Amino acid sequence: MIDKEYIKVQRNEPWREELRKQLKNKERMAIPRVKMPELEAGYRSHSYEEVNLGLSLEQAVQEAKRCLDCPDPTCMTGCPVEINIPTFIKNIERNEILEAAKTLKETSALPAVCGRVCPQEKQCESQCLHLKMKSESVAIGYLERFAADYERESGSISVPKQAVSNGIKIAVAGSGPAGLSFAGDMAKYGYDVTVFEALHEIGGVLKYGIPEFRLPNDIVDVEIDLLRQMGVQFVVNCIVGKTLSYEDLHTEGFRGIFVASGAGLPNFMNIPGENLSGVLSSNEYLTRVNLMGANRKDAYTPVITGKKVAIIGGGNTAIDSVRTALRLGAEKAMIVYRRSEEEMPARIEEIQHAKEEGVIFMNLYNPIRYIGDERGRVKQMVLQKMELGEPDASGRKRPVEIPGATETIDVDEVIVAIGVSPNPLIPHEFQGLHISKKGTIVVHPDSLQTDLPDVFAGGDIMRGGATVILAMGDGRKAAAAMREMLTQSAEKKE
Amino acid sequence: MNKIVRKEILSKQVVKLEVEAPLIAHARKAGHFVIIKVGKYGERIPLTIASADCSAGTITLVIQAVGVSTQKICALNEGDYITDVVGPLGKATHIEYFGTVVCACGGVGAAPMLPIAEAMKKAGNRVITVLAARTKELIILEKELRQFSDEVIIMTDDGSYGQRGLVTAGVEQVIQREKTDLCVTIGPAVMMKFVSLLTKKYQIPTVASLNTIMVDGTGMCGACRVTVGGKTRFVCIDGPEFDAHQVDFDEMILRLKAYE
Repeated sequence: MIDKEYIKVQRNEPWREELRKQLKNKERMAIPRVKMPELEAGYRSHSYEEVNLGLSLEQAVQEAKRCLDCPDPTCMTGCPVEINIPTFIKNIERNEILEAAKTLKETSALPAVCGRVCPQEKQCESQCLHLKMKSESVAIGYLERFAADYERESGSISVPKQAVSNGIKIAVAGSGPAGLSFAGDMAKYGYDVTVFEALHEIGGVLKYGIPEFRLPNDIVDVEIDLLRQMGVQFVVNCIVGKTLSYEDLHTEGFRGIFVASGAGLPNFMNIPGENLSGVLSSNEYLTRVNLMGANRKDAYTPVITGKKVAIIGGGNTAIDSVRTALRLGAEKAMIVYRRSEEEMPARIEEIQHAKEEGVIFMNLYNPIRYIGDERGRVKQMVLQKMELGEPDASGRKRPVEIPGATETIDVDEVIVAIGVSPNPLIPHEFQGLHISKKGTIVVHPDSLQTDLPDVFAGGDIMRGGATVILAMGDGRKAAAAMREMLTQSAEKKE
Repeated sequence: MNKIVRKEILSKQVVKLEVEAPLIAHARKAGHFVIIKVGKYGERIPLTIASADCSAGTITLVIQAVGVSTQKICALNEGDYITDVVGPLGKATHIEYFGTVVCACGGVGAAPMLPIAEAMKKAGNRVITVLAARTKELIILEKELRQFSDEVIIMTDDGSYGQRGLVTAGVEQVIQREKTDLCVTIGPAVMMKFVSLLTKKYQIPTVASLNTIMVDGTGMCGACRVTVGGKTRFVCIDGPEFDAHQVDFDEMILRLKAYE
């Protein structure tokens, strides 16, 4: 819950009042929204360098002036971790950037990450007062990234305040956004946190999923280092449920377990030809490149570098995959999506970037089968043409087949990015969890506690495929609830 | 980082490594595998655990040098470290008393067969192992397999050791002479395909342990998918063992060549 009193106290601080008086709201409204400096499309479509370059100090301060410092900051209600948005933005406006970064870290374990990958236009920025007055929202995401980057580059990264260590051991399964966010909060509360990761790198989907041109691995590593400085321990190559069982964790003295093992299981469409060579999941494709470095000369993991590549799906993962295909040398990189662009779940900025880079969007098409050559490699896809019908359960217009309207298109690689299901390892190995039909772990909605009292779960293992920020929000919620449970059980004993 | 405590050369291309991995040694069962990686940008390679020593905290892996990555692993020596070892992965072999179990393995498939033969023997089964290879010097782990087998039939393509012929000839001998309740087969995909065709003819339940391409080994990538009984399954989490008579080996053989 947002602490309205705390927000009010902060807003009434003399420097904030002074700052508000410096410009009239009308003047603030008149400032145009900042444009993010970015690499030129022709260059970047062949480079793994980060596309967005970040704001300059002048740009950030100017953008911060656009924020009206509303008494009731609706933007915060749009943020799943309830970042104190006006306070951090006003700190930027008065040029106290390190203070702004500190504010971000009060509620977010990964501000440099969120500033880059959150769908701000659907969250904080969608609630900005500017929109009600027919103006573009404040670029909250750009400012968040700016403050986090500024702090990192300044070399004086602040370590959040921590309670005195209580020596109670807590285990986290998975080092993605939910696990990291949970670990950060528990470390602040004084717990002795160990994060177990199945892969050989810390970061989960932030490392294997999101490409470096959108989220450089170095940025993720800095955030992880900060958690290390807070005393969080990381163990790679350790699969909770396999390497260490639920019982093993108890024997090792862990008093609480947070399961954040993600939605690792890729969905396929189960259409003919889907198991041909050259048809692969976006998870496989992106993991080979992002985690295993298949695009590097010194890496041993291979990747198929198709010339005519189709990506099936319209989410961020699909866009990440298609832009990766371009960077791996595709001459024709296509998005095949069964609805129209309006319904695409991907961030608007990513769709825009993909278009600028030359991606072909084939909207209102759905693959129905793949055709292979004599060696079992995909050579063509047969697409069904669709049209939009009545809205479905998701509120989006339902795609309906146009009878008889099919097209056959030459491809030499197909990447299926139609979503993921929860990783089945822990649901299968931990006896006593309640598992939904979709394979997610069922939790109490307020506490995120599972049917096993010492086990909490959050992120995609509980949601079944959502966003980085929602996973982080779950981590925070679970940390608060687990702390309460452990405190209560300690009090009972006394 | 996992230390190699012992290395043995089994044949020209095959080495046996004993590797420190106490948690895996403790948790593993017959049929489980690990993924190993050498170097920061090495490839992740799935390998079945051949045996484990809980008290020493080690697992034994048998590796055949077939590509660049496996050559790199085979070149490591005692005292060297493997950058990453993770496991145990996959579902353990279903072990119970069946009666007579034929273990049909080819080449380096003898290594993953070893813990299965051991567990089958301990469950009271009569275990007959058919151990096949191209030529005598590629026959590995014969002594170890004999410990857990009532009989070992050796087959070589060139007749340089045991009988001349393919693994299927050895399996058929057993089937024709005595009641066989289960066949387990591990080896090259094409070998497993023909063992499966043979046992299907005789209606003998058969389990094949599949060795597909994998990246993460935890269900994440789907590189390992195979068609079993008309449905797509993931070898890493649904397997590695499946009803051989239901496996689409032709598709699997083509998929193994995806990165060639």
